[in-house]
Amino acid sequence: MDQKTKRKPFPAHIIVFLAPALLVYSVFMVFPLLDSLRLSLFSITDSGQENFVAFSNFTTLLTNPDYSIRFWGALRNNLVFFIINMLVQNPLGLLLASLLVTGGFGRKFYRTVLFLPTVLSVVIIGFIWNLILNPLWGVTSGMMKFVGLGAFFRPWLGLEGSALITVSLISVWQFIGIPMILFYTALIGISEELIEAARVDGANGWEIFWKIKFPLILPTVGVVSILTFVGNFNAFDLIYTMKGALAGPNFSTDVMGTLFFRTFFGQQLQLGNPSMGATVATMMFIIILTGVLIYTFLWQRRIQTYEM
Amino acid sequence: MNTPTIKSVSSGYRLKQSLDVIVPQLVLFLYMLIALFPIFMIIINSFKSRDAIFRAPFSIPNPETFSLIGYNTVFSRANFLTYFINSFTVTGLSLILALWLGSMAAYALSEYRFKGNALLGLYLSFGIMIPIRLGTVSILRIMVSLNLVNTLAGLILIYIAQALPMTIFILSQFMRQVPKELKDAARIDGANEYYIYWLVLPLVRPALGAIGIFTMIPIWNDLWFPLIVAPSTKTATITLGVQQFLGQYVSDWNAVLSSLTLAMVPILLVYIIFSRQMIGSITAGALK
Repeated sequence: MDQKTKRKPFPAHIIVFLAPALLVYSVFMVFPLLDSLRLSLFSITDSGQENFVAFSNFTTLLTNPDYSIRFWGALRNNLVFFIINMLVQNPLGLLLASLLVTGGFGRKFYRTVLFLPTVLSVVIIGFIWNLILNPLWGVTSGMMKFVGLGAFFRPWLGLEGSALITVSLISVWQFIGIPMILFYTALIGISEELIEAARVDGANGWEIFWKIKFPLILPTVGVVSILTFVGNFNAFDLIYTMKGALAGPNFSTDVMGTLFFRTFFGQQLQLGNPSMGATVATMMFIIILTGVLIYTFLWQRRIQTYEM
Repeated sequence: MNTPTIKSVSSGYRLKQSLDVIVPQLVLFLYMLIALFPIFMIIINSFKSRDAIFRAPFSIPNPETFSLIGYNTVFSRANFLTYFINSFTVTGLSLILALWLGSMAAYALSEYRFKGNALLGLYLSFGIMIPIRLGTVSILRIMVSLNLVNTLAGLILIYIAQALPMTIFILSQFMRQVPKELKDAARIDGANEYYIYWLVLPLVRPALGAIGIFTMIPIWNDLWFPLIVAPSTKTATITLGVQQFLGQYVSDWNAVLSSLTLAMVPILLVYIIFSRQMIGSITAGALK
């Protein structure tokens, strides 16, 4: 059977099966990605003419104060956004997952309910939290007063020093379901006998977790980290919904996604610029690709040798 | 183990065992409150009068405070029905077409050995990790030149392209597990390759379902492409429509709370109905 198909020149049915998917994928995904990379090396005049400018768009983005202040700011904020997600969302997701595994009854109920915010749109989540944290409505301040912490309430979303952290924690609140479910899946895959054997040897829960379970779920730790990385450096919806395209106050919540949107479409003081937009997208591409390559070639390889 | 102390060991063990259950239950319960509280607050307050929203935000609506004024505003001012139809059309068609095109390609990749098979697989999996958004500048230019700006078709094409890499990657793994004997028996009976594809398709139904659900949510919830490629009132999806409505009526608390509730309800219903299959499919390792 296989040998037969192999010897034929190129069977028509294989083309029929592959062509539609390849066409749509190539035209609407691969080509635009590559074309965006190409556009970052050009400048586009108002009449639509493209002139090759080599890397001068990148020089502008990284050194011309009109762009560079916002670029480095967005990069820094994006890094903070990612670090908060890595340090809060993923450990908390792991904690909830291991509690689900050991916690006895209600396991299915809890995992369904805790995953619920993840399926809602970021737009809805953003507005919900805008309302909940709004000092006008007073839900959060009311609750803090109730437990005697009323004096500590601040309009966190409106303050330059706390807006980014608040938005990051809202992102954590929404997407915690993903690491939780992935860790949960990995944890229930560990054989009971292995844990039982360790328990007989006198290991306590803490030791069992760190010495047996954690090393076994390291592949999942990698998957969760790279998903968080790609998702965070591609984030836009939450900040656009909560703080607008200008990512206020004073650009303190500006990330690469909002910078890309503003550069491409323009904002109050500045006209949209497709080639500078493509330049920002190319920087995002480089950042994300670097992360993916580190994951594929350093982390996955090490994990494989570790497992062997 | 030595027999004399077994009694005390077992009672201590029992205490520890019950703590092992109580502490996780407590933490899970507390986190559940954190996860549900904001959603709960929006829903109960959407059924209250403006005065009651501010006076007693935490109380459940009663005959005195009950009001549907927010819903009236939403239904009279916003094209929610249009937005819903747009979202259903875009999500439904993208899903069906992505599964159809994806399953054909996955079948070809998993079934036939031909020159460039591995290379094609690699080419197609490139899109799993690289977000399609990064090509937006070019996508918009393509949409302009194809006259697809402000059409649902434009959105659908983008979402198919976005969903294909993952769909093909997962489906081809599943299709490799379909027994050879089955396909060869059909071939001996004279079935052509297209018929055999139809034969294989129902056998990977669980995978199709799981991929479908996980493709659906990001498409339904997407803000970026509707905002950039199809922002007109006629083509706005529910996510974009709500975003714009909320921007305009930001000070009308009744309308804001009601529109948020309305936008949440369909996806919550779908989630409640399918949650077992959805989470079951990941935990069963279907999406590894």
